[in-house]
Amino acid sequence: MTDRKPKAPGLPASPERRRFLLTGAAGGLASAGALAGTAAAAGNPENLPPNVADWSRYLGSGVDAQPYGVPSEHEAHVIRRNVPWLTATPESSVNFTPLHELDGFVTPNGLCFERHHGGVAEIDPADHRLMIHGLVEKPLLFTVADIKRFPQENRFHFLECAANGGMEWRGAQLNGVQYTHGMVHCVQYTGVPLKLLLQEAGLKTSGTWILAEGADSAGMSRSIPIEKALDDCLVAYSMNGERLRPEQGYPLRLVVPGWEGNMWVKWLRRIEVGDAAWYHREETSKYTDLLPDGRAYKFTWTMEAKSVITSPCPEMPMTDTGAHVIKGLAWSGNGRIKRVDVSLDGGKNWRTARLHGPVLPKCLTRFTLDWAWDGKPVLLQSRCIDETGYVQPEIAALQKVRGVNSIYHNHAIQTWLVNESGEVENVRLG
Amino acid sequence: MCAWASVAVPKLTTRLGVVAALGLGLALAASAASAEPGGFGLGRAATPEEIAGWDVDVRPDGTGLPPGEGSVQEGEEIYLERCAACHGEFGEGAGRYPVLMGGFDSLEEDRPEKTIGSYWPYASTVWDYVQRAMPFGEARSLSDDETYAVTAFLLYLNEVVEDDFVLTRENFTEVRLPNRDGFFMRDGSDLPSGEPCMKDCKAAVEVIGRARTLDVTPEDEQQALE
Ligand code: HEC
Repeated sequence: MTDRKPKAPGLPASPERRRFLLTGAAGGLASAGALAGTAAAAGNPENLPPNVADWSRYLGSGVDAQPYGVPSEHEAHVIRRNVPWLTATPESSVNFTPLHELDGFVTPNGLCFERHHGGVAEIDPADHRLMIHGLVEKPLLFTVADIKRFPQENRFHFLECAANGGMEWRGAQLNGVQYTHGMVHCVQYTGVPLKLLLQEAGLKTSGTWILAEGADSAGMSRSIPIEKALDDCLVAYSMNGERLRPEQGYPLRLVVPGWEGNMWVKWLRRIEVGDAAWYHREETSKYTDLLPDGRAYKFTWTMEAKSVITSPCPEMPMTDTGAHVIKGLAWSGNGRIKRVDVSLDGGKNWRTARLHGPVLPKCLTRFTLDWAWDGKPVLLQSRCIDETGYVQPEIAALQKVRGVNSIYHNHAIQTWLVNESGEVENVRLG
Repeated sequence: MCAWASVAVPKLTTRLGVVAALGLGLALAASAASAEPGGFGLGRAATPEEIAGWDVDVRPDGTGLPPGEGSVQEGEEIYLERCAACHGEFGEGAGRYPVLMGGFDSLEEDRPEKTIGSYWPYASTVWDYVQRAMPFGEARSLSDDETYAVTAFLLYLNEVVEDDFVLTRENFTEVRLPNRDGFFMRDGSDLPSGEPCMKDCKAAVEVIGRARTLDVTPEDEQQALE
C-alpha cells in the first residue's frame, strides 16, 4: 500500500489527509460515499469528548516561555521551500512562500519567499548608510535613524519575482502551488517616500533615471525611471509592524509597488540620479523577455494581473465530498483587483468569486468560492480582472506572442485537476 | 555632524506656515522657504571621497569607467585563477554555474543559450558586473586593471576581440556586442483585450500535460523517508 502512496510535494504530515490519500489511491475508489467515510476524524480519543484533555487540567507554560513567539509545533510544515536543482548554490537561489497554508492577504514575515544573489547581508544598522548622489544639488548621506525621522507612510503591497511561474512556460512542471506561484508575498511596509529623499538632496531637472544599489555581495543594482521613483516608491524599514527581516533587506529596502521584485533592492545603500539607464546585468542578461524571433522585451517592469487557487491545490487535496471553500489570491501591478472568476470545467463556464476586503491597489486580494464537491473530477481555474479592465490571459495566448523562452512574466491562468480520489495535480490544457 | 542643522524640521516648517498665514512671522517663513534643497534638514553632505568609494557603476556610454587597461592575455591568467573553477576554463560553465560564452545565433532556437556573446547588449555590463559581484563570494577584490583584463578575456572568449587586444577606458565604447540591437520596449499590453467570456466559452478541453509525469517536484524529507 505504501508504495502506491501518491506524491504531493510538501504535503503536510496531517494524518487525516494521508490516510485519506492512501486509501483513495490504493482502493481506486469508485463512489464518493466510500471516500467520505475514509476522511472521518483522526486524533487521540483520550483528548476528545466526553474525555477531558491534559491541557484542560494542568497549567501551561508561563509568559516569556517564548520572548519572541513562534507558531505551534503542529504547524511545523508551514515553511518556505526551495527547488535544489534550480540553482548552483543556496547563496544565489530562491525559495517559495507556502501560499496554500495561508489565509487572508498578509504574508507572515518569516514565510516571505527569499531570492538572493550573493547571500543575506548581515548588517548592523549603526554601520549602514544610504547615499544619494549624482544629478542632485547636494549629495547626502543618511543614517537609518535619519530615514526614520522623515514623514512615514504605511502601505500594503505585493512583491512578486518576475520569474514566478517561470518554470511553467513550456508545460506543467512543478506539482505544487508553493513552487508554481510562491515567489510572491504581501506585507505592510513602513517607510519614507523616495520622493522626499530625492527632494531633500535637491533633485535636478536633468535627472531622468535612478540607479538603486544594495549593500550585499552581489551589489544588486537596477535602473528605475524617475517618474516611478517620484510616484509611489518607498524606502522601507519595517514590514508588518516590525523591522525588516535580514533576508528581506534589513535595515533598508526599496519598495517599488506593482513592479518586479528584483527592483525592490534590499540592503539599500545607494541611489544615484542620472540621465540614462545603466543597463546593468539584472536588466540585460536577466529580467529581459526573449521572444520567438530572437529579440527581447527590455524593461517589462509591471507585474500584470494574475490569480491562482491556493486551495485545493496539489498540496491541499480534497479530503471529502460535500461543502468546501475554494480559496485563492489575485493581484495586479496596475492597481486594484476588480473581479475574480472561477471555473470548474477548465474554462468552459465561469462563476464570480467573492472578494475579501480591503481590496487595495498593487496588493494581494483574497477570494473565495463556496462549493459542494460531488466527487467527480474537476478542472479548477481562476481568472482575475483588474481595475484597468485587463483580463488574466490563458497560457496559450501568452505563448502565441512570447513563445516559451521568455522565463519572466508568466501570469497565465493556472489549471488544477482534481481527480476522483481527491488528489490535485498541476495540468496543462490544450 | 549635521550639515543642515540650521534647516527647519518638518513640524517647525508647518508651524511657521501657520504663523505666516496669521500674518505674524513673514521673515521666519521666508527663511524656512529658502531651506532648499530639501527642507527636513536630515542627513549630512556626502564627501567626494565617500562618493568615489561607492560610486563604481558603469554605463554603456562609458560613464563611470576609471582610468586603466588590461589585455586578453593578462585576463586569461586572472580568469583561470579566479573564475574558471565555477565558470569553466573556456567559460563553458561548471555544474550549474553560468555559461559565459557561446550560444551564438541560438536565440531563436528551442533551447537558447544566453551569454555575453549571444545576448548581452553592452560590454559595459560585463565590466560593471564583474567588478561589483565577481568572483562570487569575493566581490570588489579585483583591481580596475584586472577588471579591464578579465573583461577583455571574456570578450575574446566570445569572439568579439582578437587575442592581442588590450581594453582601455579610451577604446571601451568602440567595443560592440553582437546583440546590441536585440532589445526593445513593449508598447503597452501585448495581448488582445476584451470582456471575458462567462458561459460556454469552449467546446472541449483536454489535458495535454501533467506535472506528475515529469516528477521534478521536490518532496519533503519526511515523506521521502517514509
Ligand atoms: C564560486 C563560484 C564563482 C566564481 C569563482 C566566479 N563566479 Fe561568476 N558567477 C557565479 C554565480 C553563482 C553567478 C550567478 C550569480 C547570480 O545568481 O546573480 C555568476 C555570474 C557571473 C556572470 C554573469 C553571468 C550571466 O549570464 O548573467 C559573469 C559575467 C561572471 N559571473 C563572471 C565571473 C568572473 C569574471 C569571475 C572571476 C573574476 C567569476 N565570475 C568568478 C559564480 C562564480
